[in-house]
Amino acid sequence: MLSFINELKRFDDEKFIKRLQKTSVNDVHRVLAKRVIDLKDMAVLLSEAGGRCLEEMAQRAHQKRTQHFGKAVVLYTPLYLANHCINGCTYCGYNVHNKIDRHILSTEEIEKEAQEISKTGLKHILILTGESAHHTPVSYIVDAVKVLKKYFESISIEIYPLTEAEYKEVIDAGVDGLTIYQEVYNPQIYDAVHVSGPKKDYTFRIQAPERAARQGIRSVNIGALLGLDNWRLEAFKTAWHAHFMHKHYPELELAVSMPRIRPCVGGYEVDHPVDDHAFVQIMLALGCLLPSVGITISTREEASFRNNLVALGATKLSAGVSTAVGGHSKDQEASDAQFEISDTRTVEEMKVFLKSIGYQPVFKDWLDMQDVRMERQAPC
Amino acid sequence: MDKLIIGGQELDSRLFIGTGKFPCKSIIPEVVEACKTEVVTMALRRVDIDSKEENILEYIPKHITLLPNTSGARTAEEAIRIARLARAMGAGNWVKIEVISDMKYLLPDNMETIKATEVLAKEGFVVLPYMSPDLMDAKRLVEAGAATVMPLGAPIGTNRGIRTKEMTQIIIDEIDIPVIVDAGIGKPSDAAQAMEMGADAVLVNTAIATAQDPVMMAKAFSMAVEAGRIGYLAKMGKIQKYAQASSPLTGFLREGGA
Repeated sequence: MLSFINELKRFDDEKFIKRLQKTSVNDVHRVLAKRVIDLKDMAVLLSEAGGRCLEEMAQRAHQKRTQHFGKAVVLYTPLYLANHCINGCTYCGYNVHNKIDRHILSTEEIEKEAQEISKTGLKHILILTGESAHHTPVSYIVDAVKVLKKYFESISIEIYPLTEAEYKEVIDAGVDGLTIYQEVYNPQIYDAVHVSGPKKDYTFRIQAPERAARQGIRSVNIGALLGLDNWRLEAFKTAWHAHFMHKHYPELELAVSMPRIRPCVGGYEVDHPVDDHAFVQIMLALGCLLPSVGITISTREEASFRNNLVALGATKLSAGVSTAVGGHSKDQEASDAQFEISDTRTVEEMKVFLKSIGYQPVFKDWLDMQDVRMERQAPC
Repeated sequence: MDKLIIGGQELDSRLFIGTGKFPCKSIIPEVVEACKTEVVTMALRRVDIDSKEENILEYIPKHITLLPNTSGARTAEEAIRIARLARAMGAGNWVKIEVISDMKYLLPDNMETIKATEVLAKEGFVVLPYMSPDLMDAKRLVEAGAATVMPLGAPIGTNRGIRTKEMTQIIIDEIDIPVIVDAGIGKPSDAAQAMEMGADAVLVNTAIATAQDPVMMAKAFSMAVEAGRIGYLAKMGKIQKYAQASSPLTGFLREGGA
């Protein structure tokens, strides 16, 4: 079957690194002057020489992305439904071996969270869980979606990878977006950091976006968790993955993210740190290659840093974030968080900020296609 | 200027505008006023009726004909659903069908557009379909009950002008319902060109919304559309390949024979 994994298998990390080393600033300028930047040019943009041309890259990314998206940023917030998890991932606070407060929201609690979030005006929500077939099976997700549909126009999931039939089930229930990060594209490192649990299955995870796309999901957000391998390699593979999805599923609204590992319970030591300069280089390279692909920036990043990323091409920002289960409706956090957030601004604060720099905060960029209002329509 | 009639409605202005990409919504009433447009399109996916501040409909003057569009639809079925939702929300019965199944170039899918047009026209909608300029598909749209056809001048948002000139001209020449050039119009002279070609109207968004002064640009477009239309009605003189000599070489034949 046609799958990104078959292309990725042919990739040679060392050859790529060598190519990066041969790149000059002149090469970067030549690429930036091209009408269309292709995948081969990504090596040039991600090179050290590319890092010396960030302003030129920023100008191109800004111009192309503004043309496609306008000066608009979609706002959303994550809603953590549960933090039970059977996986042993070295970098994650939800690791099965971590002694943390675990909690799962009941239907009533989900409704309370939804009410609190919808008071802020948000219409896009991203629901998250750990992986536990016992605590949060697909039927639990479907029930949650049914509740949330009353309050939100767009519901995305960031949960464990599903089978194709299960994706159909959640899409039919009203899910229109999938966020799934491969975490690390290098299979050896993937195996090493995912010590135990179903998440060890690299192939099942990397093919998840393809399964969801085949079932007609509207939007997919992919990415790598930066810090687990050489960021130039991971950024290239993320770009390639997005490029592959764009080519084979052109109807998808695609977005990429470049989350950096944050401090969490368990205290993971980052092997390959990514500084702000590198982060911006990755974002701009992706933005230049894929001007019509969205870029989502979470509150893993600092407020002042995120502010500067808007003009560089960020298209989706989270706001009013709590990474704890029940964190929106309870005074005291009901559980330990997945990671510490770095931008604690409310939705209102984000809105005011975006307007102050001449960008439109977009609360609604999709509509519930199963809206009951439509059923009242009688054909003339 | 002569009136344009669409769906039984008489329009004085032949400039339709879009509402996307403006730096802030509060500028929209001024833009509408400056260009005297009577038809404004908005993506239903972005219409947020629950919020007075964010609801685009709050910024569109009441006398304007709303033209909700089906942006985000990837299939005929989705476009149909969005159109019905728009009507249920009270946005009238005009709809701009936009079916895009390729997010990279945002080019319209004519086949799905034709299917959606057929269904919605039967349901009483005034259907304005956005299309790639193809004569056969334009004819199919007419047959499906479209109120207009809206061929693109260039890929949406590119400001590249009427790049599809030859194909669009054929549609203008051959199709009897109004032809509105949509997408790609980047500057007032592009709009004037479309009107001189005989287009019945143009739809402009990016060029106005992303101008440094959108209100002034709206006015410029209004003037260009009017100039182009009047120029078209005035029937332009023939374009000559060579300069025409004031002392013709064969003049002696007429003189001598007299």
